[in-house]
Amino acid sequence: MLARRLLIAAAAAMLSFPALAQDKSIVVASTTSTQDSGLFGYILPLFKNATGISVRVVAQGTGQALDTGRRGDADVVFVHAKSAEEKFLSEGFGVKRFPVMYNDFILIGPKSDPAGVKGTKDIVKALTAIKDKGASFISRGDRSGTNIAEIKLWTIAGIDIGKDRGPWYKEVGQGMGAALNIASASNSYVLSDRGTWLSFKNRGDLEIVVEGDKRLFNQYGVMLVNPAKHPTVKAKLGQQFIDWLISPEGQAAIADYKVNGEQLFYPNAHDRGA
Amino acid sequence: MRAPGTELPICLSDVTVETHGVTILDRITLALGSGPPTVLIGPNGSGKTTLLRIAMGLILPSAGTVTWGGRESVAPVRRAIVFQHPVMLRRTAAENLRYALKVSGRLPRKMYDSRIAELLSLVGLSEFGDRPARTMSGGEKRRLALARALAGDPAVLFLDEPSASLDPAAAKVVEDVIRTVAARNIKVVMSTHDLGSARRLAGDIIFMHRGRVVETGAASTFFNEPHSDEAKIFIRGDLLV
Amino acid sequence: MEPTVSAFQLLLAGDPALLAVVRLSLIVSMSAVGVATLIGVPVGASLALTHFPGRTVVVVVFNALMGLPPVVAGLAVFLLLSRSGPLGSLGLLFTPPAMVCAQVVLVTPIIAALTRQTIEDLWEEYCDELTAMNVGMVRRVGTLIWDGRFSLITIVLAGFGRAAAEVGAIIIVGGNIEGFTRTMTTAIALETSKGDLPLAIGLGVILIAIVVLVNALAWTVGRAAQRYAG
Repeated sequence: MLARRLLIAAAAAMLSFPALAQDKSIVVASTTSTQDSGLFGYILPLFKNATGISVRVVAQGTGQALDTGRRGDADVVFVHAKSAEEKFLSEGFGVKRFPVMYNDFILIGPKSDPAGVKGTKDIVKALTAIKDKGASFISRGDRSGTNIAEIKLWTIAGIDIGKDRGPWYKEVGQGMGAALNIASASNSYVLSDRGTWLSFKNRGDLEIVVEGDKRLFNQYGVMLVNPAKHPTVKAKLGQQFIDWLISPEGQAAIADYKVNGEQLFYPNAHDRGA
Repeated sequence: MRAPGTELPICLSDVTVETHGVTILDRITLALGSGPPTVLIGPNGSGKTTLLRIAMGLILPSAGTVTWGGRESVAPVRRAIVFQHPVMLRRTAAENLRYALKVSGRLPRKMYDSRIAELLSLVGLSEFGDRPARTMSGGEKRRLALARALAGDPAVLFLDEPSASLDPAAAKVVEDVIRTVAARNIKVVMSTHDLGSARRLAGDIIFMHRGRVVETGAASTFFNEPHSDEAKIFIRGDLLV
Repeated sequence: MEPTVSAFQLLLAGDPALLAVVRLSLIVSMSAVGVATLIGVPVGASLALTHFPGRTVVVVVFNALMGLPPVVAGLAVFLLLSRSGPLGSLGLLFTPPAMVCAQVVLVTPIIAALTRQTIEDLWEEYCDELTAMNVGMVRRVGTLIWDGRFSLITIVLAGFGRAAAEVGAIIIVGGNIEGFTRTMTTAIALETSKGDLPLAIGLGVILIAIVVLVNALAWTVGRAAQRYAG
């Protein structure tokens, strides 16, 4: 009965949103880093001009975005955690993975640098120092691409963060921007993608303390959700978006996006190994 | 002039009303027929209001039967009641009357306005048609309630303490309306503990004490030669305990 | 940057993106409150006037649901509307109608529970008179709703306040999609997470202004009601 009423309600509400019926649109499940950095705000209007398709971005952590794809609630997933993406493909939820672009992770920390890691390029040494000194560290804790990368780095450092954590290690379960806000308010270290950091405005006393380590590489990939699993997926429109992203035009658009003159993402669609 | 309809006589037979183990009415048997006003008198708490509600059909007896014109459970289409503290709807005086006219549905719609004016003038509230009813004084509300009760064109009109706590002028308006109503062959059944009002209006009297009918009879007989000691004490104006 | 100024400057300049966000917030919350009123008022009124076994349980449940956490309502609607859920074929997830559904779930119990209380109180007052006038059930409900209209308007406005202010439900089922399902509250959440506090504060001030306006309206209606009906 309630469901029926909801249906009627939804139908009634539909009438007041006429845009729904005729609009050519797709839903892209993507990450907070691509949205919070402002990339989508820059490239999506270009895509719409080129094709007339509006892209509706639901910004979530990578893990959550992939789950949204698994449930069939998105047409395309655009995320950054290769291992998780390959799992998604092997489960049959994705059609094919295309590398799109990369940037890098950076370790952010307070200017006072209580763990004394400034100046090093070695992220593993830095994390070990943070742990040894018990310096406050904020983890996304949300299965996002950044979170997955962070856990991998702890593992490389020989630290089982699930077991070796102390009160200095705080999981906040929120998006990149929110995690940066918390780090800024509590003078903590935090791993961030460069794009979100560059467009983040509430930095307080934070600055980049470690960057440039090869292990901080951050690759983004895009996949069409498999229409064989979810027939409602708008395969044609979704593939059009993917094709545009990896086209010279799309790649140039990504390269053109700058915050304060600084490029945030580096297109690499034709790097087969990415 | 109209026929008394099927409402009369109203007969109570062995009617008992109890709530929460307290007996409010105790095995009452009586008949209310057509004729001049019947007045229930007796001290506060003697069961007058409950008797009116039973006769109106608002509450069911715990034991015994009530019949209207020989039938049980007759909807109160041609009975009306004015409570001691009438509740008016949240609208103007005129709209309250229009509501009652609509509910009764006895009059064509186009006649509502003239009937409303007539009823307001009958109770002396012609100037009050546009007043929000709930902002009116107690006496005005009582008179409006009287007009509202008459809107349904009742054959029987119950009135609970119609002139209680009214100033003499307002009380006179109410008593005049009661006389007018009674003259139109509408059976009036009213309660009062105001002996003067009872003397002025009553055709016959039902005297109650402690949930029982102690004495009934024509008003003149009751006031001049009461049989029971209770009635004598009450008429004398002493406290009846 | 001067906090609060930027969002107002955008608003005053008629910034289309900001106006769209404000407009969507109002459309979604008003649609939800409209639907919730159509469901909640009759349900609350009939609950007030009927007696059946288990009625107390229903009343308690409605009262408890008034405090339903928005995220829980959001999650329930999300599971219902997801492509993998029972109503997935409608394709409503991440659309404004989905947000309306979630807010209907939130607001209906409030309107139903408060309506029941109002109508029950009013019925206690009117019971004798309406019974004596031999008013039928349908007209009875109509009369009580009409005579309770000022209280009911206040109730509906309270429901609107709840809907307009919540973020937990609509961010889950709407997805906070720019230009499509982004409302004032979800935009505030987003701008805060981006660290753009001035814009978030500005939006917050606009939202508060709307909520204050709605409450002022409720207060005025209440006053007018007292003057009119006593």
